[in-house]
Amino acid sequence: MLGSLAGVLFDGLAYGMLLFLLSVGLSVTLGMMNFVNLAHCSFAMVGGYVSVSLMNRFGWPFLATLPMAFLAAASVSVLLERGLYRRLYRASDLDQCLLTIGIVFVSIAAYAWLYGTEQQAVEGFPPYLRGSLQFMGINLAAYRLFLVLCGFLVTAILVASLEYTRFGAKVRAAVDNQRMARGLGIDVDRTFMLTFALGGGLAGLGGSLAIEMVGLDPGFALAYLVYVLIVVSVGGLGSIGGSFAAAIVLGISDMAGKYYVPWLGAFLIYLVMVGLLMWRPQGLFGKR
Amino acid sequence: MASANGYLREKIRWRALELVFWPATLLPFVVTPDYLSLASQIAITALFALSLDLILGYAGIVSLGHAAYFGTGAYTAGLLAKHYWSEPLAGLLVAGVAAGLVGYATSHIIVRFRHLALIMLTLGIGLLLAEAANSASWLTGGADGLQGIRMSPLLDFKFDLYGKTAYAYSLAVLFLCFLLARRVIHSPFGLALRGIRENAARMPAIGAPSRAHLRKAYTIAAVMAGIAGALLTHTTSTVSLETLSFERSADVLVILILGGAGRLYGGIVGAIIYMVARDQFSGMNPQYWYFWIGLLLITVVMLLPNGILGGLGALYKKSQ
Repeated sequence: MLGSLAGVLFDGLAYGMLLFLLSVGLSVTLGMMNFVNLAHCSFAMVGGYVSVSLMNRFGWPFLATLPMAFLAAASVSVLLERGLYRRLYRASDLDQCLLTIGIVFVSIAAYAWLYGTEQQAVEGFPPYLRGSLQFMGINLAAYRLFLVLCGFLVTAILVASLEYTRFGAKVRAAVDNQRMARGLGIDVDRTFMLTFALGGGLAGLGGSLAIEMVGLDPGFALAYLVYVLIVVSVGGLGSIGGSFAAAIVLGISDMAGKYYVPWLGAFLIYLVMVGLLMWRPQGLFGKR
Repeated sequence: MASANGYLREKIRWRALELVFWPATLLPFVVTPDYLSLASQIAITALFALSLDLILGYAGIVSLGHAAYFGTGAYTAGLLAKHYWSEPLAGLLVAGVAAGLVGYATSHIIVRFRHLALIMLTLGIGLLLAEAANSASWLTGGADGLQGIRMSPLLDFKFDLYGKTAYAYSLAVLFLCFLLARRVIHSPFGLALRGIRENAARMPAIGAPSRAHLRKAYTIAAVMAGIAGALLTHTTSTVSLETLSFERSADVLVILILGGAGRLYGGIVGAIIYMVARDQFSGMNPQYWYFWIGLLLITVVMLLPNGILGGLGALYKKSQ
């Protein structure tokens, strides 16, 4: 019983880390730039499909595809930001929602056309990530350990770069007071573009890390959107630590729910989300 | 100084175009008798979009979970007809009341929030109900849907294969609900709603309690959505989980935006265009159908911020 509890906790932690990796980019763009980007998981899908193609068609090793997934998703998001999103920074939530839902629909259809609707099978996944180790009687899958590691690494890098670098200071200045930031000579447009690229790239990274754990098909853009939105809104806009905490809570409770009360399905998660949002509409760690 | 009353009276006057439109809705009986089931689907969707228009277009509540009330109405009507009472008109009333109760209960949550929290809460409530219906398969039939509903004749007319009764029934209910919505919109209450949409903080200062008004509007919209759901149950004799799904919420939003939110006819025009197009392209894989819907959404948001009716209105004004 205790062993299974620890196992559920570990699996939940790994799943939570995956959700965190998927949603941290949205926490950056939605939280910092206040843009309701429902197409976030479409960027993740871009990363996932880039990884799959590089591995299956060109025989790249899995780890080498990760930076490419980041770059591909980042460039797609820059293109969209320049072309569409930028004109709606000041528009209503509704317009932003509609535009991005439109992009989700288009991306789902485009990937269904390019790759078919079935789950992507990955060949040549490295064996050292496939095994598992025993630790105090608990079975730890290597890939899940790897996910946890990635989660901590990305958090550290992000917090460091947004809190302690010049770029981070510029982003925060541009978000807090655009006019003042412009007055100080900060190129706000460029800063926003880079922030958006960062958010999209992180989504791409999350998407390609997600393949092994939850699979990849064109429905991904909608299926995980709800989870990602829950993480960001419950964690609190713009709070990376908040997203981190919310993702882990969500991951563990989802796993525990599936394990102990499977008949409830996703009901529990939605109930927790509605309850938490009613209690703290700004999210657990939200500032504004 | 009858300016306020005069303004409202001027607004509620029937326009010539409206007097042409409603008689024209009878044309399908004569012109396209083979498409009457489609026509009844359009009327139901139009009613659903009209109910969303009341809260989104007029009161400014963005909802990604409006299907919750549609589905509540559909399941209430289905369960009632299956187990107790198969006469449709009573079923319609009960379904409206049930959806209204759910709407009134949730409105207390909804009106307290704005922006992202509001979007997430409407989405969450919608998903919650969908999951509940999925889990309670002993009651709802789960993923298989609610089967084996047999409707009694409506008054004396049987629900026939061609959908003659179905269309007449849906159209009549749509028209009655439209009259109600039209009355609400052009009342002082409707004006107050638009004021709240523009500035929720200032309206109480001129004597319009924002939250109480929003709760009323939300409940009315929920009743209408429930009635639309019940119509779907009565005319198709099945209820599926799809009536509660996120896709249905998103579809109705697309329909309303396409036609033009904040206009009484926006939902109706959107529903006609959307449903006819979907029927024409029904051979197409649904995946690709959504490609065009997505593209349409992007275009409407970028180029036609007030929907088709808004665009036509602007053209008309320019030509004068």
